[in-house]
Amino acid sequence: MAELVLDGLTKHYPDGAVAVRGVDLTVADGEFVILVGPSGCGKSTTLNMIAGLEDITAGTLRIGGRVVNDLAPKDRDIAMVFQSYALYPHMTVRQNMGFALRLAGTDKAEIARKVEEAARVLDLTEHLERRPALLSGGQRQRVAMGRAIVRAPKAFLMDEPLSNLDAQLRVQMRTQISRLQRRLGTTTVYVTHDQVEAMTLGDRVVVMRGGAVQQVGAPQELYDRPVNLFVAGFIGSPAMNVLDATLEEGALRTALGELPLDDRLRRRLEEADAPRRVVVGIRPEHFEDAALLEQRHGGRTVTVGVEVLESVGSDVFVHFTPQDGTAAGPEVVARIGTATRAAEGRPLELWVDTARMHVFDPETGAALTSAAR
Amino acid sequence: MSADTRRRSAWTIVNVVVVLYALFPVWWIAALSFKDPSTLTDGDFVPRRWTLENYRGIFRTSEFTRALLNSVGIAVIATTVAVVLGTMAAYAVARLRFPGKRLLIGMSLLIAMFPPISLVSPLFDIERVLGLFDTWAGLIIPYTTFSLPLAIYTLSAFFREIPWDLEKAARVDGATPWQAFRLVIAPLAAPGVFTTAILVFIFCWNDFLFAISLTSTRAARTVPAAIAFFTGSSQFQQPTGSIAAAAMVITVPIVVFVLLFQRRIVAGLTAGAVKG
Repeated sequence: MAELVLDGLTKHYPDGAVAVRGVDLTVADGEFVILVGPSGCGKSTTLNMIAGLEDITAGTLRIGGRVVNDLAPKDRDIAMVFQSYALYPHMTVRQNMGFALRLAGTDKAEIARKVEEAARVLDLTEHLERRPALLSGGQRQRVAMGRAIVRAPKAFLMDEPLSNLDAQLRVQMRTQISRLQRRLGTTTVYVTHDQVEAMTLGDRVVVMRGGAVQQVGAPQELYDRPVNLFVAGFIGSPAMNVLDATLEEGALRTALGELPLDDRLRRRLEEADAPRRVVVGIRPEHFEDAALLEQRHGGRTVTVGVEVLESVGSDVFVHFTPQDGTAAGPEVVARIGTATRAAEGRPLELWVDTARMHVFDPETGAALTSAAR
Repeated sequence: MSADTRRRSAWTIVNVVVVLYALFPVWWIAALSFKDPSTLTDGDFVPRRWTLENYRGIFRTSEFTRALLNSVGIAVIATTVAVVLGTMAAYAVARLRFPGKRLLIGMSLLIAMFPPISLVSPLFDIERVLGLFDTWAGLIIPYTTFSLPLAIYTLSAFFREIPWDLEKAARVDGATPWQAFRLVIAPLAAPGVFTTAILVFIFCWNDFLFAISLTSTRAARTVPAAIAFFTGSSQFQQPTGSIAAAAMVITVPIVVFVLLFQRRIVAGLTAGAVKG
């Protein structure tokens, strides 16, 4: 177990492409950190650099206080779980899990003891003598986990370990990984493109895009205070609605109509010296069917024409396109209570929680309102 | 049901015809090798009087046995060299990105495309100057050269099927590159190496053109070439029986070998289960 420090980690390819630019990150001992972003954002490259599978072009990497830039993977004492699991097909589950120990020259009895211990934790005991080909997807995934945990390494690196599983199993394994990590207390870096995984698993989440870190923070912090449009759109499902807006005398004029700014937002915008044209972000869950509200604290009620209604059991998603006289805005999704009497093709009174709006600079995408409270 | 039966019997007939067509010349040679000289030309497909005289005859003199030794030695050495070099080259082709990779593959294909006959005279001159003419090395070198493209091609297909992740996993698990190759990649590629070795061996074993052109004495003459120099027991006798017997001796071991290992080769190809 150890602290992991990435200091200006950068990766250039010989053809000039830059995969990772100057990533600074400190993963505390025992912390579970998630790297998340769309494909090609450099998250896997970053992980491979930590593992030693890719050379580091610039910057330094420290594991447990020691600079490991030039160490081979085998000398870094880290374990990795691959998306494809990468189980050795010619070895039994027992041999797969004991491979690292065998290479390290551990004695046979000790290997057997550790492998059996890990197999017990992962419920693989009856499969120990089988080949990976005979196992189900979930079992293979657990063998891959087992191979990592038998070594008790300084850190776990996981590269989308759940993306080959079906949805149900994925949720199940997610909780298992979370429990396992908490129990072992091993520093873990986990790469995923799935923001739900990122939000539920990590102590902290690192959002990456185009090889650069956009924001680092606890899941709730990323949700509540995204620093830019990209993070705002990436975190949360369905994604945050984004509308062009004009700042006018303490209110925002948007396709939804005029949305009032409360004191906090107004102060923030003044401090940030906001331009006149801005972008406003409203999360789907910050709408509600006005008819379902007993009393309203501030906010604003707007009338929209419902285009599509989707019920997912716990909530109802309302899709509509706000009109402001001439131009039609982008489609907006609202998440409202199931008791709603909204119907497709009919107008609906929607309440907007204007206190929880986000305002962004349309040029830079930077948040104008989300600075630390 | 009846349509199914009819289709099956039609297939059976087609199969039987194809097999008969393919095996008929083999049977003929086999039958010739068991005939005694007086019935050799009777045109019967089954020998009237069975004899092992032809086989005894070719093993009586050292002409054939020496050629057999040359054949085995040259083919085994050439195969070993080609497979070892081919494995390394194929691994590089499949795994690494390096400048000139396409050129390398193109060049190796080019070698395979060259009609060997066009190279025989220059090779003859070169080998005479270098003193390689009529030596084992004089055959091993061209055999290795001409079977390498085949070896690289087949083997790189095998290596490409082994997920790179396995090697990465091995390296993270603490293996040196050599250990990763030896403990993870090589066992998985073994069926491919084996298949390639058989193909290369058969190529060297069967070659006639180089063997006849680059040898002049029994020092390095392999069986296919030696057969061409067979003489009858007297000037007026055709060595047909001896030739047939010699042909059987060099064909049967290969056939048996391939039949024995065919199952394993195919099993090795399909028992991948490498993907998760």
